[in-house]
Amino acid sequence: MNRSPYITNAPTVSSIMFKVLLALMPGIAVYAWLFGGGVLITLVLATATALVTEALMLKLRHRPIQPFLSDYSAVITAWLLALAIPPLAPWWLIVVGTAFSIIIAKQLYGGLGYNPFNPAMVGYAVLLISFPVVMTKWPIALSMVETKLNFMDQFHYIFNQTLPANITIDAVTSATPLDYLKTQLKLNQSMEMIQSSPIFGVLGTQGSEYIALAYLAGGLFLWQQRVITWHLPTAFLGGIAVMASFFWAIDASQYANPMFHLFSGASMLGAFFILTDPVSGPTTPKAKLYFAAGAGIITYLIRVYGGYPDGVAFAVIFMNICVPLIDTYTQPRVFGHEK
Amino acid sequence: MNAPINIAGLLKKTKAVFRFNGGVHPPENKAQSTQRPIGQLALPEKLVLPLRQHIGNIPKIKVAIGDHVLKGQLIAEAEGTVSAAIHAPTSGTITAIADAVIPHPSGLSDRCITITPDGKDSWIERQPQDWRKDELAPLVKSLRLSGIVGLGGATFPTQIKLRSANTAIHTLVINAAECEPYITCDDMLMRERSEEIVLGIKVAKRLLDAENVIIGIEDNKPEAIKAMRMATENTDIQVKVVPTLYPSGDARRLVYLVLGQEVPHNKRSTEVGIQVFNVATVSALYRYFEFGEPALSRVVSMTGNVNQPQNFEVLFGTPLRHLIKAAGGAKRDTSHFIMGGPMMGFNLPSDDVPITKAANCIIAASPTLFEPPPPAMPCIRCARCADACPVSLQPQELYWFAKSDNFEKAQAYNLFDCIECGACSYVCPSDIPLVQYYRYAKSEMIALDKAKEAADIARERNEFRLARIEREKQERAAKHAARAQGAKTADSSEKTTAPNDKQAAIAAAIERAKAQKAAENTKPKNTTHLSNTTKAEIAAIDARRASVGLTETKMTTNEEKQAKITAAIARAKAQKTDANQAANETPIKNDALAVDTEKQAKIEAAIARAKAAKAEATKPQDKGVQTKPSADAEKQAKIEAAIARAKAAKASALETKEQQAKED
Repeated sequence: MNRSPYITNAPTVSSIMFKVLLALMPGIAVYAWLFGGGVLITLVLATATALVTEALMLKLRHRPIQPFLSDYSAVITAWLLALAIPPLAPWWLIVVGTAFSIIIAKQLYGGLGYNPFNPAMVGYAVLLISFPVVMTKWPIALSMVETKLNFMDQFHYIFNQTLPANITIDAVTSATPLDYLKTQLKLNQSMEMIQSSPIFGVLGTQGSEYIALAYLAGGLFLWQQRVITWHLPTAFLGGIAVMASFFWAIDASQYANPMFHLFSGASMLGAFFILTDPVSGPTTPKAKLYFAAGAGIITYLIRVYGGYPDGVAFAVIFMNICVPLIDTYTQPRVFGHEK
Repeated sequence: MNAPINIAGLLKKTKAVFRFNGGVHPPENKAQSTQRPIGQLALPEKLVLPLRQHIGNIPKIKVAIGDHVLKGQLIAEAEGTVSAAIHAPTSGTITAIADAVIPHPSGLSDRCITITPDGKDSWIERQPQDWRKDELAPLVKSLRLSGIVGLGGATFPTQIKLRSANTAIHTLVINAAECEPYITCDDMLMRERSEEIVLGIKVAKRLLDAENVIIGIEDNKPEAIKAMRMATENTDIQVKVVPTLYPSGDARRLVYLVLGQEVPHNKRSTEVGIQVFNVATVSALYRYFEFGEPALSRVVSMTGNVNQPQNFEVLFGTPLRHLIKAAGGAKRDTSHFIMGGPMMGFNLPSDDVPITKAANCIIAASPTLFEPPPPAMPCIRCARCADACPVSLQPQELYWFAKSDNFEKAQAYNLFDCIECGACSYVCPSDIPLVQYYRYAKSEMIALDKAKEAADIARERNEFRLARIEREKQERAAKHAARAQGAKTADSSEKTTAPNDKQAAIAAAIERAKAQKAAENTKPKNTTHLSNTTKAEIAAIDARRASVGLTETKMTTNEEKQAKITAAIARAKAQKTDANQAANETPIKNDALAVDTEKQAKIEAAIARAKAAKAEATKPQDKGVQTKPSADAEKQAKIEAAIARAKAAKASALETKEQQAKED
């Protein structure tokens, strides 16, 4: 070593990224348990696409391939996107989305460390806008349906869009509660009526709420491992909770309770895994609070007033745009300087 | 400024310690070198004393080759305000006054005085002073002859820190934190010579007329704490234990730790009534006044990859090799030696360098001890560096600005507050050499400032030159007219063999004029009539050109070295001439003075850049990340250049410091 400091004590980029993947695993396990192995197929497809496109782009950009493929950052993007889209979506959906994330949102901006937007969320937004129908067909928890799709059924459906003779797709999929809530409220249904639907669970969505709990556990692991700080998840969930409580307190018949919002959609995944992308996120502690609270508020507003059932992706992308601004105005006081 | 006094008073009751932001706690590695007491060395065969061992002006040599000197005899006296004297560490003969390799990150040589000891170690007549009773002014004044500088590593001449400041000093902070890993010289000094340190503190306290004294020691030195507590019993000196957290030994950080007061970024601690001294420095102060012993030696930790790590009392000028031998020799896989700690130290060019006043620790390094860093990855903005920064800077932003040469922004984000402690690099998952980027940006900014100054001077000079050309043209025309007149009547006395023809005379005149103009525009071939300064300047430019040529043609290492040596010689000459000549000679002279530092930096930068470019070219392209992602070849080279430029930065820092000192 030729320069001071001659010693370091830092985890490598790879080890940080690997811990993130590790922290996602409980959520994935619960997901596959409750909704079938289809999600694993989507995850594999996403991972393969991400690695191939990343390698291709690195080659085209004359960058070394091995160190960047082994940093796991492309895999994280792939997994986050795979977990954000419906697991029974046709195979090309995840391939197109992942390729877009890696090629356009990441590599064209300069690769690892240079993307201004969260690549997985850019990919998600593109898919949601381009293919809204498939993006809103979510499977119902296996425990809720009489005729269950086994792993091979899901495999065939993902690749060939064919189902066993006795099953229709509408029997095994539905809109998400966030979506359902929105459309039913427009039809002047009462909140009580709406929430009596079997797709609603104790906290949020039937089934998905357990995945959300697993994400929460994984997130706490990341916090304990000092991969993430408390600022982003707390402010994000806090933003959602404050907004939801406020509206719920005003009119509980029109607005869902805060617990529902915290455990529905991508709240937990967003709080611990999506907002915490360091590259496209803010850096100062204060900026993290503003950034995440802003994302939480926007998420809630899109859910309630926007055109889409969930708003995490758009909220994150919007707040990504604001990062330089927020960082600039939240500089901590430098030692020996007046504020 | 009455707040700090109140705080200090409050602290005596609460004993609280104030935490600064960040900081890191690397493995201490101090136990290895504290197993044995401070050792004494046998006299080495020769002592090589660099003139540049402190911050400030080079002292003036007072001896000649062949002179016999006694131990403690002044051999170079302080020159100008900020400077320190040098004394013969033992009796012997001056055998050389020449350039030799010195312990400096640049690896360049500098002027040194070599003493060959006579083995008698006989003292000059010492003149102790009664520091308890004597008048203050003469005591302080006499310190100019002591050669004492800050022994914590900063090597700032101590006499300046004791001269009466504008603001009264209310608190004296004794820096015994010793926060860098491996270094134990202050620890051992406190364990073995606590009484002497306390007496030294009393000296400093009297000279500064300070009310409070606080000794700050990191909690990883229990023996030293115990010794200091015992030695300070029944005194009003307070021993404050601070948590082991690098860089607590940084003066501003330590002041905050023990007093809870931040020294404003644009002020020195003395301006808010606080002075900071290292333990070894106060000990040297005591020895100077009590026994009349000037600065001749210091305690050095010789540790790392040696067989018997130990602290030694080392005479200044002792070759490092001698010290290594005393520590049982370096182990076989030793790759090089580091001066200072592993956080802020630097590689020594060889084991032939002398121990200087700045040498608190020498670490024998090996690839196992200090693993080579993996290639740098891109910054992922994880902000771990910001969490670790003791100055609360945003290293990730500064890195971005430095990398994109966005110096204005870097300045706005307080780059110049960076103390280059390396805590950011220490925690960086991407292994980015952050400190090197900051040094690069700092030196570029300083260079830009200097270039602007130089450009202003050059513009003036050009205007002057144009006026002169015009005047000469007119003079020539008048001369030609007169000559043409003369040619008609008398014989031609021209040296040329041209026929005595009007047409030919005109042609010759035109030719001459052309030649003269060409001579003005290109570098002069005949330099015999030029002043020493100008010659040196030309030599320096030539050297720079030669070394820049490295990037285009393949120059061998020898040639490279030659260019380096030429540049160094040229610089040394220029400095010498500058010092000896008055400043109001010619416009060219003034120019040379103004751009001297800048030029020096540029030469070194060019050399470094060329080296880096060469190294880059020879690196295999498929080795991995280092080929591209972190920084392209040019940028890498610039960083290397930055190290060289850091010298220039230091030089200019000196200027400012001296100015400040003058204000005092």
